[in-house]
Amino acid sequence: MGATVRTLGTEVRSRSLVASKGILYTMSLKTWREKVGLAEMLKGGVIMDVVNPEQARIAEDAGAVAVMALERVPADIRRDGGVSRMSDPEMILGIKETVSIPVMAKARIGHFVEAEILEALEVDFVDESEVLTPADHANHIDKHAFTVPFVCGARNLGEALRRCAEGAAMIRTKGEAGTGDVVEAVRHMRTIMAEIRLVHNAREDELYVLAKEHQAPLELIREVHALGKLPVPNFSAGGIATPADAALMMKLGAETVFVGSGIFKSGDPAKRAKAIVESVLFYQDAKKLAEISKNLGEPMVGINCDSLLPSEQLATRGW
Amino acid sequence: MRVGVLAVQGDFEKHIHSLKSLSNPPETIEVRTPEDLAKVERLIIPGGESTTVGLLLQRYGLADAIQERAAAGMPIWGTCMGMIMLSKKVEGRDQFTLGLLDITVRRNAFGAQVHSFEAPVSMTNLSEPVEGVFIRAPIVTEYGDLTEVLARYDGKVVAVRQGTILGTSFHPELTDDTRLHEWFTTF
Repeated sequence: MGATVRTLGTEVRSRSLVASKGILYTMSLKTWREKVGLAEMLKGGVIMDVVNPEQARIAEDAGAVAVMALERVPADIRRDGGVSRMSDPEMILGIKETVSIPVMAKARIGHFVEAEILEALEVDFVDESEVLTPADHANHIDKHAFTVPFVCGARNLGEALRRCAEGAAMIRTKGEAGTGDVVEAVRHMRTIMAEIRLVHNAREDELYVLAKEHQAPLELIREVHALGKLPVPNFSAGGIATPADAALMMKLGAETVFVGSGIFKSGDPAKRAKAIVESVLFYQDAKKLAEISKNLGEPMVGINCDSLLPSEQLATRGW
Repeated sequence: MRVGVLAVQGDFEKHIHSLKSLSNPPETIEVRTPEDLAKVERLIIPGGESTTVGLLLQRYGLADAIQERAAAGMPIWGTCMGMIMLSKKVEGRDQFTLGLLDITVRRNAFGAQVHSFEAPVSMTNLSEPVEGVFIRAPIVTEYGDLTEVLARYDGKVVAVRQGTILGTSFHPELTDDTRLHEWFTTF
């Protein structure tokens, strides 16, 4: 171990410490292993959107591994329209005081000052999210510049690796948030997994053109080629509403699922939250899933993704 | 030898990777049910979220099965959340634990994720320090007469042993250093 200077947000670490751990270690002078390490701890779980301390407590009691603190769940953001921004710090702090599990919060794409505020609040993860209105139509946040880890959405391998290059410590498929329709989450997860398989099985001399085609850094394409998976944990989000949806995403390759509107827009949130947590544990066991899926009350009503206008699609935000 | 890794939730894959990297790798089994547990001779409880894992252990009979095996002398090692699960008591919270280590733990003792850190940790059972990766890590605030302290960091107890039960606040499975995994499969 080399010398480490530690003050909040300004950690400096010698490059020799992080060399030979892959390109992301050498690109980031920050605490890369600690950032990805927290994402590792969240594997095999459910991360739930909550809008107040009461919901946060229900989520924790149901067995959520983390909560996403936000003022409106995506279904309400969709309904209300207008500009959607970072949540009120007071509300985020209220949720932080209520639960012992990690608390995440959303910043707008490219809005690095919102991210700085969330870091100052000491949230455990920042979601640079397409669910909020983007603040920059070209640049995402330089996530290497932060001590707090980031999660970002992606629809395909190239987008996932561009976010990793910027310093994301966790990727989630975007799906189509606030719809309760899992079809887009499935599309994005299948796309990413298929593209990973293609890169993994390619010849070494084909990686250059694959980097060009995916518009991703060559070094990260090489990592995917070597690992057969993304360089960071790969979670799923956007439209998951039932235990069967959650298990489907796990079977397709998700390592944890985010459930946004699906829980607290349903008839019996506590029961549904618990059932979705159990479905992620037993996603390979259809008999247990049948048991888990019984008598959960009304699911969220939902919007069919095919009926959305292009301007209503949140997943197309992000570059 | 068959070593089980509790695969209810958390970074269990990292432990399996560490076990597979040993010079003489044991057979590894992901433990999700009492039937899985019956197949193993040692158990690792990984990092993760203790409230989630505690709820699921109770709901599916795995907690009782682990306690029975521990009473019969099966070695168990808990890292971070795993150590919380093995403890008798969690400060300021009424949450389920297995109660196999006579210790009281403080969760998130160093604060939120921005305060997670890495530092060398000297252990009484190893000649050279290990690279301690502390992620929202717990510490041991009280321990009984039968508990042996294996390591402190900044004066705080971060590794303990009681008979064949071992607890560490940090995550050796996130490093390339497999000495503690090696040690756990032999003691």
